[in-house]
Order: sequence, then structure tokens, then C-alpha cells
Amino acid sequence: MIEVTNLHKGFNGEKILKGITTSFERGKTNLIIGTSGSGKTVFLKCLLGLFTPEQGNICYDGATYSDLNTEQKRDLREQMGMVFQGSALFDSMTVEENVMFPLQMFTKQKKDEMQDRVHQVLQRVNLENAEKKLPSEISGGMQKRVAIARAIVTRPKYLFCDEPNSGLDPRTAIVIDNLIKEITEEYDIITMINTHDMNSVMEIGEKIVFLQKGHLEWEGDKSQIFQTDNKAVTDFVYSSNLFKKVRDAQLKGL
Amino acid sequence: MFYLDDIGRYFLMLKGVFSRMTKGSVLRNLILKEIDDLIIGSMGITVFLAFFIGAVVAIQTALNLTNPLIPKQLIGFASRQSIILEFAPTFLSVIMAGKVGSFITSSIGTMRVTEQIDALEVMGINSLNYLVFPKIIAMLMYPFVIAIAMFVGIFGAYIAGVYGGFLSSVDFITGLQEEFIPYHLVYAFIKTFIYAILLATIPSFHGYYMKGGALEVGKASTTAFVWTTVVIIIANYILTQLLLS
Repeated sequence: MIEVTNLHKGFNGEKILKGITTSFERGKTNLIIGTSGSGKTVFLKCLLGLFTPEQGNICYDGATYSDLNTEQKRDLREQMGMVFQGSALFDSMTVEENVMFPLQMFTKQKKDEMQDRVHQVLQRVNLENAEKKLPSEISGGMQKRVAIARAIVTRPKYLFCDEPNSGLDPRTAIVIDNLIKEITEEYDIITMINTHDMNSVMEIGEKIVFLQKGHLEWEGDKSQIFQTDNKAVTDFVYSSNLFKKVRDAQLKGL
Repeated sequence: MFYLDDIGRYFLMLKGVFSRMTKGSVLRNLILKEIDDLIIGSMGITVFLAFFIGAVVAIQTALNLTNPLIPKQLIGFASRQSIILEFAPTFLSVIMAGKVGSFITSSIGTMRVTEQIDALEVMGINSLNYLVFPKIIAMLMYPFVIAIAMFVGIFGAYIAGVYGGFLSSVDFITGLQEEFIPYHLVYAFIKTFIYAILLATIPSFHGYYMKGGALEVGKASTTAFVWTTVVIIIANYILTQLLLS
């Protein structure tokens, strides 16, 4: 479990996160949602250890991050997988080399053992035939799948995804969402997804944290989000014309 | 204050580069790749420039020797001194600041923009060591490039001087051997070694700490070139004062 207590973070005197307290459970897809500028990415980067909070604690399965020494922090980071918004694949490496990279860095496996593991994860994300291609030679959806494969190749305990389906067509976005959900259950990991895509919320939102101007405004699951009377949440959810029309139709009894 | 802040960050970066080393086998491959990109990849342009610089130095010297009392051997002597002391180490390093420097800044800057550096950090890798250390080690081969440039430069001077009809082959070679001070080579290679470190680290600094998008990568490359050149020129003055005066 990841437990966040009273998390504060700011830049150049401007407060971005203002006392966030929440927790995320193992085996669940946890979504952090909110409008642009609400602090989602800063929150995710604090959880990843890329930003140091000004105040508050983050506990990873009982270990408080700020109490860990450099070596322990490094060990903890090796247990984290991250899927970046733009995939962040190493563009000079092939798909296979990208996925193999964490294994080369952190394991003492032989090359054929590493290759077996890489084939296994690439098969899991349905990318068996793209091994020798460079990231620039594959589509955005495929790049996201390579990023997921790279993130899970070392069997991490925590998976972080920053807007994993941004820039993808709706069909591919659903494929990516479902892939992340399946992997979360299969590997029994804690997955945190930073998104503002309501389709993702409806598909995989087992726990949803809604951020508004750096505050935790609401938390619940995908069934509760359509029933809440929290104005900020309803404004966000029904900012989409499609959702607005569905709600109007429901209200009219159609 | 702004510059002091940058200078402080530059030295902190150097400290970061030499801490938490990347796995040896990975590092070895990275160093070989950097040698290929930074050293082997620069060989062609270096040889080309050195040859023509040497040739021009010889012609200029010959054309300015109007006094018949001054022996023609001076062309060989002046070419050797100019090429070994300044043109090969300093002039070529300024050009390398453009070639190698902008390559380093843009490649690291693009990794910053596309979150590849964040990806390294999230994996628990010391991105400074992973990205900059192999470049510094690769650039330790840079004195070899300059040694070749010195040889080719003098060869260029010989071709232009002798085949341009300015002096005989014997005169050139006599001038070349005249009053040769081996310490001048030591001085030139000490300078080259310092420039190699500057060429690897200043552009890395500008690439690593850049913020923004594609436009800023271009701006960072330009800034890196300007600063690397400025620091090389200042270092040249200080080293000349310290080592030759």
C-alpha cells in the first residue's frame, strides 16, 4: 500500500500541492484525475521520488520515503516502473534494447535469460514482431506498449503511468487502459494512473482521486463518480458534451 | 549572481558525474559508442581543417617574408610553431565546440525534453554518470585527434610551401627542425587535455539543465557553443601564462 500524508509541494513560492492525504491499494488501478494545472503530474513525480515534498510523508508498504537513506531510496526506485506521457523510450535503442535496459542495469542475468524475459513481456503487450525496430519506426500506441513492457520487465511493485493514453485514438486508448488493468491484477502491483480521460475513468477507475488546485477534492470509484454531488467533480465529469447529453437523457427518463 | 549560480551548478554537476557509477559492462559500451560519435566522428573534419589551416599558415608566412635577408627556413619554423602551439589545440577546439559541443547539448537536451532523463532517474540510475561520464572518458582520446591534426597541419604547410613554389623541401624540413623545444608539445597537450574536459562537460551542463521544448534545445546548443568557446579562450590565456611565461 502507498500512503500519502499531508503532502505539500511548491515551486518558486507558488504552492502546487496543498496537504494531500490518501492511500492506494495493491492490485488496484488507482486514477489521479483533475483539470490541467491541478497538480496531478507534480503529485505523481513526488510519489516517484523525482520531486522532494516540502512537507508530509509518503509511505511505500510501511517504509517512509523521507526516512530512507540514498541506497534504500535507490532500491525502492528499482521496484518502480514508470510509463511516461511521451513514452520516453531511448531513441537510439531498438524496442528489444529498450525493454532489456532495466535488466542490464539491475540484474546479473545472462544475455539469453534477459532475452527470454524481454520476449515474454513483449508477447504480453502483443509486440512480438517489433523487437528490432527503433521507437521512431513504430506507432504511438506501440510506443506506449513498449513503455509498459519496459516498466514491468523487472517485475516492479509499483507502476506509475502519466497520461498513458494521451495522443492515442479512442480504440487504442481502451486497449492500453485494459492492458494496464490486466497487468495490475496479474502482477499484483499498485498502479497509479495520472489522467484526465473520462473513458479511462469509466473503464479502469477502481480508485479515483480528484485533485483541484492542489487539494484532494474527492475520492471514490468509477460508480461513485457519476453519483457525487461535489460540484468540482461534476463540472469536470460533465465538461464533456457526450457525458452531459447522457446525463440529460437520463434526467429526461429517455 | 546568475553566472555564479551557473558556475556553482556546473561544479555540483561534476560531483554528480563521478558519484554512483553505472554498471561496468553498460558503461564500457557507452564509452565505446561515445568514442565513435565524438572522436572517430570528428576525425574527418579535423584532418580536413588541419590540412588547409597548415597550408594557409605557410602561404601567409611566405607572403609576408619580403626581406631577402630572412631565410626561407623560417616558413617551416613558423608553420610548426603556429600549428603546434595554437592552431591545432586551440583553433580546432573552438571548431570542436561547435561540432562536438552542439551534438552533446542537443542529444542530452532532447533526452531531457522527451523525459528520457526522468526515465533514467525513475529507474534509480544516476543519469549524470550515465550520460556525462562516458563523454568525459571518450574525450580523453581527444589529444590523439589533435596529434593527428598537428601532423596533417604541418604536412599541409609543407605541400603549400614546397609545391606552391615558396621554398624548397630541404628549406622547409630544416626550418621544421630548427630550435625545436619538446616542452612546447607538452604545453600543447596539457592545453588539449583541459579543452577535452571542457568540451565534454560544458555542453553536457547546458543540455542536462535545459528547460522547455525543441526551440530551447536549439538555444541551449548555441549557448553551449558560445560558453565553451569563451571558456576555452580564457583557459588558453591562463594556461599560456602559467606554462610558458
